Amino acid sequence: MAEFLQFLLSGITVGAIYALVGLGFSIIYNASHVINFAQGEFVMLGGMGTVFLMAAGLPLIVAMPLAICVVVAVGLILEKLAVEPARDATVVTLIIITIGASIFIRGAVEVTLGKDFHRLPGFSGDEPILIGGAALQRQSLWIIGALIVVVAGLKWFFDHTRLGKAVLATSHNRIAAQLVGIEVRTILLVSFGLSAGLGALAGILTAPITLTKYDIGIMLGLKGFAAAILGGLGSGFGAVAGGIVLGVIEAMAAGYVSSAYKDAVAFVIILGVLFFMPSGLFGAKGAERV
Amino acid sequence: MGDRAQKSLFDLSVARKVQGTAKHSPHAPLSATEAAPGGDGAVRTVGAWLFSARTGGVLLLAAIVAILPLFLPNKFYFDVAIKTALHAIVCVGLNLLIGYAGQISLGHAGFFALGGYASAILTARFGWPGLVAMLAGAVGVGVLAFLVARPILRLKGHYLAMATLGLGIIISIIINREIPLTGGPDGMSVPALWVGPWRLTGPITWYWISGVTLVLAVWLALNLVESPMGRALRALHGSEVAAETTGIDVTRYKVLVFVVSAVFASIAGSLFAHAERFMTPVEAGFLRSIEFVTMVVLGGMASIFGSVVGAAILTALPQVLAVFHDFKHLALGAILIAVMIFMPKGLVPTLAALWRRRVG
Repeated sequence: MAEFLQFLLSGITVGAIYALVGLGFSIIYNASHVINFAQGEFVMLGGMGTVFLMAAGLPLIVAMPLAICVVVAVGLILEKLAVEPARDATVVTLIIITIGASIFIRGAVEVTLGKDFHRLPGFSGDEPILIGGAALQRQSLWIIGALIVVVAGLKWFFDHTRLGKAVLATSHNRIAAQLVGIEVRTILLVSFGLSAGLGALAGILTAPITLTKYDIGIMLGLKGFAAAILGGLGSGFGAVAGGIVLGVIEAMAAGYVSSAYKDAVAFVIILGVLFFMPSGLFGAKGAERV
Repeated sequence: MGDRAQKSLFDLSVARKVQGTAKHSPHAPLSATEAAPGGDGAVRTVGAWLFSARTGGVLLLAAIVAILPLFLPNKFYFDVAIKTALHAIVCVGLNLLIGYAGQISLGHAGFFALGGYASAILTARFGWPGLVAMLAGAVGVGVLAFLVARPILRLKGHYLAMATLGLGIIISIIINREIPLTGGPDGMSVPALWVGPWRLTGPITWYWISGVTLVLAVWLALNLVESPMGRALRALHGSEVAAETTGIDVTRYKVLVFVVSAVFASIAGSLFAHAERFMTPVEAGFLRSIEFVTMVVLGGMASIFGSVVGAAILTALPQVLAVFHDFKHLALGAILIAVMIFMPKGLVPTLAALWRRRVG
């Protein structure tokens, strides 16, 4: 039982990270129908940025928001310089551009900050809390708490602010949104900035547990993406649920089946979802408009 | 007579122009082959035959493959040329998918590695003859590609990208983990390829094998593009709905192209395993899949020769320029973005258009 609880707790922790990354995918996908393959690099940049700002002598409380701001700026630049100029291109072109951006960012970090693993200290110490024989990392509470705050914040943003409503309107119907005077280009920028910020936050929160390195973005990004697909691409609630489910399944598979194949779980789930329920757990089952 | 010759020459240039534009414009998908009816004077037929991509281009490529060894100073350069040719085979297949079926695969390195490991494992561990192992690998990869593509290509949109991404990473994880079979991250050595009494080894032998296979692959791809299937593909790239209303079974053609491109990758992988005599899981990595896509994009989507050029540039450059190695990620990313924004048609079609404007 203690074993099961242990797997469950670590599954939920990892799942919350996947959920944050998956939310980023969903926000951009909703606003632009672009699948942003650079989402994982935002996660990596957040963690690496904080590590190096702290190494420069800044305290965590300053380094963290600063790193998030830097990553948001990267997200905005990416949208402005790479996605915007190809706005009318096909989806394949946009996929290729975001993949290019992701590899470019990874390469830039590799060249400037190096290839070593880095670790952030736990936000409130590294002493685990014991619950029913299972050890819960203190950092897990920060991660789960952050996810709850982010979900509540996003809900408020989309339900109660003009900008949030404009993003929603654009995701429902781009042309209609334009007709009622919404500046769609601003919406795209907002969605990239928001996703970049969420990704950076996830990267900083997870760095004390999983360490960070220039190439962690691939796996974290792809798993966040699996979470978004599992929940139904474009559904915010789906991304959160998908992330938690994915994290728990992964932890159980690693604990009870085979830790060697832990990383394969997410990708088997991607294939399974696409085969059997392409709109995911909570995605809209829309009809194709001709 | 003079009048007639002039007229037919004029016809030829128009036909070529139509062919040139139709190949890259999704809006004129059906006009490519109909626009060039045969048999209007010998001059024209011979000219059209010689200048068409299918014969002229293939002859040019064959000539390059034949002459190139004169300029290769040592084994190292032969090795680069072999890798270039094998990567080009993958890209020619992949380009059928990206450029003509309008779908993208982010897992082609997985198919390449499956072919390579099928050859490696079946010959080294089970003592199968090399050619049989290669064939078994190709059939296996083809079946796998079919099983994956069939349900996914029925969906609208770009789910194939996600599915191939997932598949490629699963393949890479399996190769890394099944150490008794694959040697794991350290890789495994591969026996030489025996064909009848001949043992095929050495860079020069393999240069010719991969060169000839490349010419064959290009010739096959060009034939495919100009077959009714190719026309159907161009049509569905232009507008799936329109293609469907004219009775084209869109899903069937997409699946077929995907299977063909996967088999191309598998065969190239098998040849690679025997040429290098070694396989490592790096060949299956996600980054390798991205490299293949970059080669296709750089050379030009929907340009078969573009893929060869793209593969040549991105394979040879890192080998020849050691500096490139440290900045590999940076350079690949920058190339992908820059080509897509500034030269979305890719290198070869863009240069060809420039040249045509100069001449004509």
